[in-house]
Amino acid sequence: MAGSPSDEREPRSVRTRPDRDAAPLRGLEPPTGRTPETDAMQSLSSRRRGGVSVWQWPLVQRALVDAVRKLDPRWMVKSPVMFVVEVGTVLTTGLAAKQLLVGPRTDLPFVLQITVWLWFTVLFANFAEALAEARGKAQADTLRATRTDTPARRLRDGREETVSSSDLRRGDIVVIREGEIIPCDGEVIAGVAYVNEAAITGESAPVLKEPGTDVRSTVTAGTQVVSDWLRVHVTADPGHTFLDRMIALVEGASRQKTPNEIALSILLAGLSIIFLIVVVTLAPFSIYAGAAVSPVVLVSLLVCLLPTTIGALLSAIGIAGMDRVTRFNVLAKSGHAVEAAGDVDVLLLDKTGTITYGNRLAAQVLPINGASPAQAVQAALWSSLGDETPEGKSIVALAGKLGQPVPPEWDGLDATRTPAGAEIIPFSAETRMSGLRFNGRVWRKGAVDALYRALDRAPSADVQAEVDRIAREGGTPLAVAEGDRPVGLIYLKDTVKPGMRERFAALRQMGIRTIMVTGDNPLTAATIAREAGVDDFIAEATPEDKITRIRAEQEAGHLVAMSGDGTNDAPALAQSDVGLAMNSGTAAAKEAANMVDLDSDPTKLIEVVQIGKQLLITRGAITTFSVANDVAKYFAIIPAAFAATYPELNALNIMRLGSPQSAILSAVIFNALIIIALIPLAMRGVAYRPVPAAALLRRNILIYGLGGVVVPFIGIKLIDLIVQMLGVA
Amino acid sequence: MTLAGWLQIAVFFLALLLVTKPLGLYMTRVFTGGYHPLARALGPVERGIYRLAGVDPAQEQSWLSYAVAVLLFSLVGVLTLYGLQRIQGVLPLNPQHLDGVRPDLAFNTAVSFTTNTNWQSYVPETTMTYLTQMAGLAVHNFLSAATGIALALAVIRGFARRRARTVGNFWVDLTRATLYVLLPICIVLALVFIWQGVPQNLNTYTQATTVEGATQTIAQGPVASQEVIKVLGTNGGGFFNANSAHPFENPTPLTNFLQMLAILAIGAGLTYTFGAMVGDTKQGWALFAVMSIIFLAGVAITYWAEARPNPALSGLGITQTAGNLVGKESRFGVAGSSLFAIVTTAASCGAVNAMHDSFTALGGMMPMIFMMLGEVIFGGAGSGLYGIIVLAVLAVFLAGLMVGRTPEYLGKKVEPFDMKMVALALLIFPASVLIFTAIASVTPVGQAGLNNAGPHGFSEILYAYTSTTGNNGSAFAGLSSNTPFYNTTLALAMLIGRFLFVIPVLALAGSMGRKQAVAPGLGTFPTTGPIWVALLVGVILIFGILTFFPALALGPIVEHYLGTQGKLF
Repeated sequence: MAGSPSDEREPRSVRTRPDRDAAPLRGLEPPTGRTPETDAMQSLSSRRRGGVSVWQWPLVQRALVDAVRKLDPRWMVKSPVMFVVEVGTVLTTGLAAKQLLVGPRTDLPFVLQITVWLWFTVLFANFAEALAEARGKAQADTLRATRTDTPARRLRDGREETVSSSDLRRGDIVVIREGEIIPCDGEVIAGVAYVNEAAITGESAPVLKEPGTDVRSTVTAGTQVVSDWLRVHVTADPGHTFLDRMIALVEGASRQKTPNEIALSILLAGLSIIFLIVVVTLAPFSIYAGAAVSPVVLVSLLVCLLPTTIGALLSAIGIAGMDRVTRFNVLAKSGHAVEAAGDVDVLLLDKTGTITYGNRLAAQVLPINGASPAQAVQAALWSSLGDETPEGKSIVALAGKLGQPVPPEWDGLDATRTPAGAEIIPFSAETRMSGLRFNGRVWRKGAVDALYRALDRAPSADVQAEVDRIAREGGTPLAVAEGDRPVGLIYLKDTVKPGMRERFAALRQMGIRTIMVTGDNPLTAATIAREAGVDDFIAEATPEDKITRIRAEQEAGHLVAMSGDGTNDAPALAQSDVGLAMNSGTAAAKEAANMVDLDSDPTKLIEVVQIGKQLLITRGAITTFSVANDVAKYFAIIPAAFAATYPELNALNIMRLGSPQSAILSAVIFNALIIIALIPLAMRGVAYRPVPAAALLRRNILIYGLGGVVVPFIGIKLIDLIVQMLGVA
Repeated sequence: MTLAGWLQIAVFFLALLLVTKPLGLYMTRVFTGGYHPLARALGPVERGIYRLAGVDPAQEQSWLSYAVAVLLFSLVGVLTLYGLQRIQGVLPLNPQHLDGVRPDLAFNTAVSFTTNTNWQSYVPETTMTYLTQMAGLAVHNFLSAATGIALALAVIRGFARRRARTVGNFWVDLTRATLYVLLPICIVLALVFIWQGVPQNLNTYTQATTVEGATQTIAQGPVASQEVIKVLGTNGGGFFNANSAHPFENPTPLTNFLQMLAILAIGAGLTYTFGAMVGDTKQGWALFAVMSIIFLAGVAITYWAEARPNPALSGLGITQTAGNLVGKESRFGVAGSSLFAIVTTAASCGAVNAMHDSFTALGGMMPMIFMMLGEVIFGGAGSGLYGIIVLAVLAVFLAGLMVGRTPEYLGKKVEPFDMKMVALALLIFPASVLIFTAIASVTPVGQAGLNNAGPHGFSEILYAYTSTTGNNGSAFAGLSSNTPFYNTTLALAMLIGRFLFVIPVLALAGSMGRKQAVAPGLGTFPTTGPIWVALLVGVILIFGILTFFPALALGPIVEHYLGTQGKLF
């Protein structure tokens, strides 16, 4: 073809959708067979993808049980804030029990109510975490069901023997026939077959697998061969397959706190110690003032001052953030990778398949040899009516735009059902042409030199000049002939996906630069780069160029994300801060990357960045909200705590709360209920819009900072009114 | 409140604004080895000092060696100053024949002057000889201030450098701070003070007969030289007990104005130095703006509280049109005293020209609040800057997540180790203040020192530990602190407030210095501009309020409400 280097390379970042894979292998049609297994897989994946409500009853049920189980102090100690709350709660429980059993029952109803609400505070925190975990656990259960032992046909000394999948070891060779489940992760070494990967990707359309193609040779345990057969070289021992890893990931079994989460936990622990000192020293202060404040009031004050809201929701936010990534059909190998995605400010995107469609689509039809434009377009249309390739379809679509719609006799028909008298000339590698015979007329199109040779002619100087121009601009020229006469040139061009320009503009607003990587020559690259609106490009790129560029960007203090699928992408994927491998990619690429996209859609990198940002914003927003809440709680509790010693301090009771006891109780109740109220926010994440950081900060400080100061004043007052109405304190 | 009062405040702030950039630029050149006029004149002296001390000025230190150098240097300072006080009775320059100082008081004073606190449990004119004042206290006034400036420089370098293992050389920073910054300004200012009437002699005290026929001892001595470094180095230890309210320390409105300016000058100048060294002066001005907003708000509230008729006296039929003048020098008036009170507590200076104890409840609460904010509003020489940097990192971390990136300050990502150091540093101040106050307020030895009952007495204890932990050194007065209990615990509070705070801060600087800086862009959390300034102001205030609100409620706040009902303490 027209001499652009990208064409010589392996097709990369190609979405493994059958419509594209079908092209080289006509005749092997993707079967649409359904089995109970594939149905189960599809329902799982659709659940994984959809926008899901936070309050699903089965999940809630599961979480309620776990919430109680997590009261175990050995578990609680992982969250210093909630651990302090639990210790305080045990203390008030003891005091309540003492009043109840030994007496004197000075303020038993008050102490009992405080104790109950403190227990609720701890339970609500556990519930939030359990609810976030429940979804992952349910998903893991479903995945585990597909991992059951499957029989495998192992090849030994040229003979097939049936063994259990758990007996397969690395290096074994297995054969899988139509309808069978693939028992292992492996590399296709022989055979061509369609495989349904719905269990892993959620994509119901089967995917073509064949040997020696780098990206299409990898198969995954738990997926199903739906046509023909494959011979596979086993690459993973049982228990270490991709499915096993995926189960561990969605279940959160291997979940470790991310650096940012650890840093926040340290800050929360520091704040807890400070508030502990503040409250504990208040006891001697009150003794000096003349009357000791009761331990129950001190515990209440402590619990209200501690950043319980963020302490309770911190792990739920992290788990839910990971879950959002998973539901997006991206497997992040660690939470750290998701957070790092939020920090990324340079995106390295492959041109082909990511920014452009990768296949060349018709952009222009040029008349030659004195033909009229209409004649040229008509010839282009007829030559492509039987052509099911994307190129052919794009020519038909372009002709329609140029005023030559599909003729009525072809309406609703396609290559498999041609009108009477039509004969399709299929594309072949020798002729490098395709076309159509219809009612005695013949239209052919193909590579310019091939078509002219077939017609035994040579292109004129004018035509040759046009051909050269198209090639120089990075396009692909095709010639089209009506009968024996060449009538036009079709300008095939790499086309930028719709909406990419806007997305790159949005990324720029977020402070993220996009760099396009392409094998094209600089001229072509510049054309596409301008059209797509990327910030920079690397033309005639080799894999080494990618690594060099990534290193240079990192040296300058940038964090780089990239996607890739080929083995030669692996080093760059490993070097980048966030590497997203395509599920259709090679094992090496998947190993080197820290995320795998099950849909094999490289543009998902952009969404992953947004999810990473959203996760961090949610954490920051709830932290700010939590700390800002304390101001109101002071105004509720301090005057109440010293009501007996210094009634004058009631001047600080600016909420005009009913009584000292109702004030303290209301603050404690508010503190517990706000956790439940914020669970949906923690799970869904704060709304994110791609705007510059300064605008984002202004908005979020207003909502969560200022809101955090104001909301509890209103909330505590309302609860106090209800408490007064019920007369419980 | 009067127009003249507000004008006085406005002119003062304008003057401060004007000295910030020149002084900051000068310090930048001094500490980065750039060109400055004194380098040629004093360069040989500087190099001579290094040769004498065997210091290689090109050899930089890691944060840990820097910290060790600071600690060792201060330890030697404490020990020598302690020894000097103990044996001062037999040493020369003792015309009043004063005895050696008691051990607990000598310990307290030694710690006080080496930590740049200058808490004075003693009456200087009847305790310290001229030799102790000059060779002991005045020397440490220089060295403790220079140490503070050096520490600030080390911290700035941590944020300014990339992938660096070192934060500078303590001995070089110490020498340069003393030789090029403190000494030259002090010499010029001392001459101005002498011209304005501040004594500078080694005479015995004058016995005078007053017009009523009574005998008065007029204390004097080498005042001017001590006076300048007292304010410039944010030391605050007066030559006389009455400190800057004494006519020999602070004779004229001009000296009063210059003293206030000197107190804040280095703290303000260092914000510019910070910006210049991290390569973006806007970063420095942002910190200056944060400090200025809180400072001016504090001055306004104090002035308002003091200029009103004292609510506690309103029922007594006393005319109070001039405001609350109790405990104030009529030479300075309400505005001048209110401004000085905030200046001296915003910076961890502690010099006073009025008795904070006699302020109204709310007016007296303001100096306390300024110390509770962590002495970061301009702050002590050097310590104000590194203090506010810790709070800036906290603010960045709290709110920085809200822009969707790992929080970073000046391009340096805030990671778990950094947060650990910030949390430790933030913990030390409230822990020391609250725990010591708690102990003192319920133990007989603590209560023995109280001159006032009720919430006012509580305020006195709270003020003392806040002042010493914050290395301020100003006293609420009214607390008899010259007892073994108070001398020891207050000295401990000073040591904790200075050195326990500095170690995590230096570790933070070391960790930041090792990092690569993230390139700034549209996605970067902005640490300049109005949002950031408002955020940092909010974080400083909320953090201070959250920590000390209960204590304040039981001290000045309740006293204020009791006062409105006519109850006095």
